[in-house]
Amino acid sequence: MARVVFQHVTKRFGTVVAVDDLTLEVEDREFLVLLGPSGCGKSTALRMVAGLEEPTEGEIVIGDHVVNDVDPKDRDIAMVFQSYALYPHMTVAGNIEFPLRSRRVPAAQRKELVDAAASALGLEGLLDRKPSQLSGGQRQRVALARAIVRRPQVFLMDEPLSNLDAKLRVQTRAELIELQRRLETTVVYVTHDQVEAMTMGHRIAILRDGVLQQVGAPQDVYARPANLFVAGFIGNPPMNTIAGKVVGDDGGLAVGLPGARVPLPDGIVAAVRNAGVEEVVIGVRPEHLRLDAGGIVPATVTVVESLGHERHVACRLDDGTLVIVRQPSDQAAPSVAGTVHLATDAQHLHVFDAASGDRVGAP
Amino acid sequence: MSAELAGALQPGFRNFLLGVAAVVTLSAALAVAGRFVPPRPAAAFRTANRYVLLTVLALIVLFPIYITVLNSVLQPNEIIRRPPTLAIWPWEADWSGYSQAWDQGDVSSYLLNSAVVTVLIVSGQLVTSILAAYAFAFLEFPLKRTIFVVFLATMMVPFEVVFFTNLQTVATMGDWPVVGDHVGLDTYGALAIPFLATGFGAFLVRQSFLSLPRDLRDAAALDGYGHFRFLTRVAVPLSRPAIASLALFSFFSAWNQYLWPLVVSDDKRTVQVGLRQLRGVALDQINVTFAGTVLAALPLFVLLLAFQKQLVRGLTAGAVKG
Ligand SMILES: Nc1ncnc2c1ncn2[C@@H]1O[C@H](COP(=O)(O)OP(=O)(O)OP(=O)(O)O)[C@@H](O)[C@H]1O
Ligand SMILES: [Mg+2]
Repeated sequence: MARVVFQHVTKRFGTVVAVDDLTLEVEDREFLVLLGPSGCGKSTALRMVAGLEEPTEGEIVIGDHVVNDVDPKDRDIAMVFQSYALYPHMTVAGNIEFPLRSRRVPAAQRKELVDAAASALGLEGLLDRKPSQLSGGQRQRVALARAIVRRPQVFLMDEPLSNLDAKLRVQTRAELIELQRRLETTVVYVTHDQVEAMTMGHRIAILRDGVLQQVGAPQDVYARPANLFVAGFIGNPPMNTIAGKVVGDDGGLAVGLPGARVPLPDGIVAAVRNAGVEEVVIGVRPEHLRLDAGGIVPATVTVVESLGHERHVACRLDDGTLVIVRQPSDQAAPSVAGTVHLATDAQHLHVFDAASGDRVGAP
Repeated sequence: MSAELAGALQPGFRNFLLGVAAVVTLSAALAVAGRFVPPRPAAAFRTANRYVLLTVLALIVLFPIYITVLNSVLQPNEIIRRPPTLAIWPWEADWSGYSQAWDQGDVSSYLLNSAVVTVLIVSGQLVTSILAAYAFAFLEFPLKRTIFVVFLATMMVPFEVVFFTNLQTVATMGDWPVVGDHVGLDTYGALAIPFLATGFGAFLVRQSFLSLPRDLRDAAALDGYGHFRFLTRVAVPLSRPAIASLALFSFFSAWNQYLWPLVVSDDKRTVQVGLRQLRGVALDQINVTFAGTVLAALPLFVLLLAFQKQLVRGLTAGAVKG
């Protein structure tokens, strides 16, 4: 039970900057998800908390102590690896017991703890098997049991679900959330899967090329992405982005889009004025777009995908920009190659500075 | 083959050669015939051929061993009888050669010496190879690659090249304080020390260590295991096949050493050197020499039979992992 803090942490491998000036506080008992595309430095950040990599600059704090010079084994953390890293020559019981043995826990107590961890993860019947005799899901649970058996202050998990099939992943996701609540432990969880991040995290921290982009509750990150990268990374299908130019519009401001002129909501006008940007990118989530005869942006339907409960309608604007509209199945499907008009509500518009990609207006 | 040469050969051996020639001719004929029959029978022919050839090769390899065992249980006068007894096995075997070799021939103490030296060499090689392999596989240190290449390069240097240097070293070591009596000439130490480390062993075990997932090392570090305990609890148990192969190879080469023990030992003769001494015994006891030879080879046979699989795997280990 402890917080984990990155203070201006940088990690360089030769010329590669894997983590760039990361400052982030994970609160006690928080489930924080580090999210980002492959190679963005998530694993490196996690391994620095574990002590498996040394920060080039900055400090790592666990609880109230700077742990830069503390050995991994003395940091009171446990890690679940993507590969599970089970010891192939030991039984399930031997694997779970392994961290206790090194800490010279007496045998009787060891057995008790192993049994408790095994039953917490439903492994009672498998204790005598070798890892090679287990299914992927069972191995994953053994790795979890080995992590929880010594009640560490902090759990680190590096894509622990990525080797499971889709169905098992959904189920295990729920189990992990429950486990974290039961154990009341701080969890730092690494994934590149935004659905995992949205469903599991109390907060999400999004990394790109080693740089922290945004931290926040899943809903906040979804509703107010800090920049175009986050906007495109969170949500499926991703947020639609359309380039435009800011123009004056009787007292207010509007954005000139291909084939239309969209007035900006009052809330954003001041911010846009302050920022003094002209070239912008307008973002709208697919579920906030409607096919509406009264809409102001004309588009041509290119593909209609039906998912059963909803439809994804892909359209092209006049300048060729591709836009996806999520449409409930009970509405009439547009015909492919037909012309439609897109409508949305002003409060659902996101405005980004085209040059920097940053959000303009209320963060 | 000239008639003279044929006559000079022992008749038994000549018959054997004729047999071999016959089988080789037969299989060659089969191979040729195989080319002229339709595809499916051709495959069967080829398989048959392969077996015939392998059988012949096996016979060629086994023949000297057979003769040795046979002669060890024959009376000396039977061994030298011309033409030789044609029985495959003398049904009234004479085992006295063995007891003579064991007692008068001193093979028992030669075997003991060999056993001690071999155990020293094998355990020494295992310890040094495993530790060196661990460093090369899991640790970072300056000049790691260069040092590893130097290790490998020692495999290219034949022992004969450093023979006299080693001899001189061992001779000098006899004057060392305290340990001098255990490492100077004619001691177990002298017999073992030059062979306690090998580049080959470090290489073989390193390959196996490198094939272990890196996450295992990291997991063990978090589980509270330092380098040494990770080595003993995880890396070594998981590399058992490679380590067993190394132990076997090192056993065979240590046991079969000849030149070095011949030069540095006098009282502490190993069995291969001792056998030479046995040959010095009168010719009318040649069966004793054969019996001693069989005794000397016996441990190797036992190991060979018990660990065939390991040996073959060890032979191909480097090839697969590169
Ligand atoms: N030991 C290392 N030596 C050199 N470069 C490294 C090392 N470890 C990581 N890197 C580099 O650092 C960057 C970040 O790597 P990291 O493993 O943290 O990415 P990641 O976000 O975990 O990606 P993935 O989702 O693919 O696991 C990458 O460019 C990687 O090539
Ligand atoms: Mg990773």
